[in-house]
Amino acid sequence: MATIELDRLVKRYGQTTVVHGIDLSIQDGEFVVLVGPSGCGKSTTLRMIAGLEEISGGEIRIDGRVVNDLQPKDRNIAMVFQNYAIYPHMTVAENIAFGLYRSKLSKSEKRQRVEEVAATLGLSQLLERRPSALSGGQRQRVAIGRAMVRDPAAFLFDEPLSNLDAQLRTQMRIEIKRLHHRLGTTSVFVTHDQVEAMTMADRIVVMRDGRILQIGTPLELYEKPVDVFTARFIGSPTMNLLPASLRDGGADLLVGGSVRIPFSSATTSDILVGARPQDLVPTATGSQGLTVSGTVAVVETLGSETLVHIETAGQTIIGSVPGRQIPQIGEHLTLHAAADRLYYFDTATEKALAAQ
Amino acid sequence: MNVAASSQGLPMSRVKPGRIIAWTLLFIGGVIMVTPLLFMLSTSLKDASQVYDLRVIPAAPTLDNYSEILGDGRFTRWFINSMIVAVIVTLSNVFFDSLVGYTLAKFRFRGRYIIFIAILSTLMIPTEMLVLPWYLMASQFGWLDSYWGIMFPGMMTAFGTFLMKQFFEGVPDDFLEAARIDGLNEFTIWWKIAMPLVTPALSALAIFTFLGNWTAFFWPLIVTTSADLYTLPVGLSSFAVEQSIQWEKIMTGASIATLPTLIIFLFLQRYIVRGVMLAGLKG
Repeated sequence: MATIELDRLVKRYGQTTVVHGIDLSIQDGEFVVLVGPSGCGKSTTLRMIAGLEEISGGEIRIDGRVVNDLQPKDRNIAMVFQNYAIYPHMTVAENIAFGLYRSKLSKSEKRQRVEEVAATLGLSQLLERRPSALSGGQRQRVAIGRAMVRDPAAFLFDEPLSNLDAQLRTQMRIEIKRLHHRLGTTSVFVTHDQVEAMTMADRIVVMRDGRILQIGTPLELYEKPVDVFTARFIGSPTMNLLPASLRDGGADLLVGGSVRIPFSSATTSDILVGARPQDLVPTATGSQGLTVSGTVAVVETLGSETLVHIETAGQTIIGSVPGRQIPQIGEHLTLHAAADRLYYFDTATEKALAAQ
Repeated sequence: MNVAASSQGLPMSRVKPGRIIAWTLLFIGGVIMVTPLLFMLSTSLKDASQVYDLRVIPAAPTLDNYSEILGDGRFTRWFINSMIVAVIVTLSNVFFDSLVGYTLAKFRFRGRYIIFIAILSTLMIPTEMLVLPWYLMASQFGWLDSYWGIMFPGMMTAFGTFLMKQFFEGVPDDFLEAARIDGLNEFTIWWKIAMPLVTPALSALAIFTFLGNWTAFFWPLIVTTSADLYTLPVGLSSFAVEQSIQWEKIMTGASIATLPTLIIFLFLQRYIVRGVMLAGLKG
């Protein structure tokens, strides 16, 4: 187990800088998820931690030791790749045992370790099989087994679930999380899927264009996004953002509807009012908050709730109604969100504004 | 059900004319390919007096040629020489071509592209142009009339390097990086991880190199002078110059010489076909 610290970490390819001096401190035993869209530098960061990419600037410390110039094998980390990277010409047992390649354990001890890991991952019956005879989920478990077998200081996961179908992905997500609880090994997990990030992380690191935008627990990111990007990226369906014009003691909504908010200390008059679809409901609570009206354009029935897309002043707004109340398309609908469930952003800087 | 239905045969009216033309062309091609082999085998079973009797099935078949050829110590010697040369050159190509191909495919270093182009450009130089420099080199180093003299020009080939580079490029980097994290050194990664992943390409390269060297005639003829060092094709050709042309002996030797090729093809034909398909080679 180990701490991982990134100190002004930079990665350049020629003239192009892809990671702009990021700082991150990962605690011992923590499960940290790096999340962001393609090209945001999350995989590059992970590969720098692994030692698979050279560092252009800054420092990486694993358990307090600077590892900038250490070979991957000398960093005592294990990595699970998106494409599993299990060797097709070896059996499951040989693949798992490969993690012990440099270990000085005797053959029987290695065999025992492999069997223990296989039992943990439910692979005991498959040890003599070749990867071609395994399902996607089983292959990914073998890859995790190879990483686990040597008891590394940290696990690095590079989008390990993106090649699995939706059902398997959910199952593997739970398995990895359960494994982390059991082993307590520091883990860094890269994904572009915010649901994976939210469900697995102790802390999420949101990245964009080679910079860290926000670090926090899943709930912190959901409740207090620091900017428009994080607000839209975290949460599904994405947050509604409605342009508004600020005036004394409140704001005028520029789309159909109204917003009444106790708001002050804004330096700008143009703001974006954010409301999550789950908070935008037909029943009004209190006099303050957001009210929008429009025509129902799309209805998504999910069972537990129904998502409603309403159109107003050329903008589509997503709200939710109880599962058994399914509005008709073309129907006029009014939705409300309580003031304390709203988010405010500066239109120009896209940064969050604090409501009082 | 569909398989059962289709296997019961199609009515003739449903066979497309294009198919009939294709089958006819393939049949003619097959006959053209097989006829010389049949005559080779047929002639090897005739005695000298029957050689110019063009019947495919000999009037009085005999195995005398075989017992004579196999009893002749020179033939066995040439067979062994060919085997030594073909096996060593094949092993060398499999090792070095794939080592260089892997390096060019998987490592980023200055001048990599120039080296690759330089290697590739040698493919455009015809063998006839290289024979003289090879001969001068062999002569200056004292390699004339030696095994090494026969083998050295083919120990590594530009084509093999190119073929292997293309195949290694298809090996995902994740495999190599996973091995790097697991603590393997670069040579072991190549040997234990990358090589097994390109087995079809290695097999194809080995087969083509073996066949090429087994049938090589021009260079071994030039570089060898003593009959003890002749390879099989050179040795067989000597039947044609020493005591007029002994067709029945040449054909018997050729029939025996074809055996390793046939055996290799029978066992490894799926790799040959795959190699041809993947590498876009001519057969």
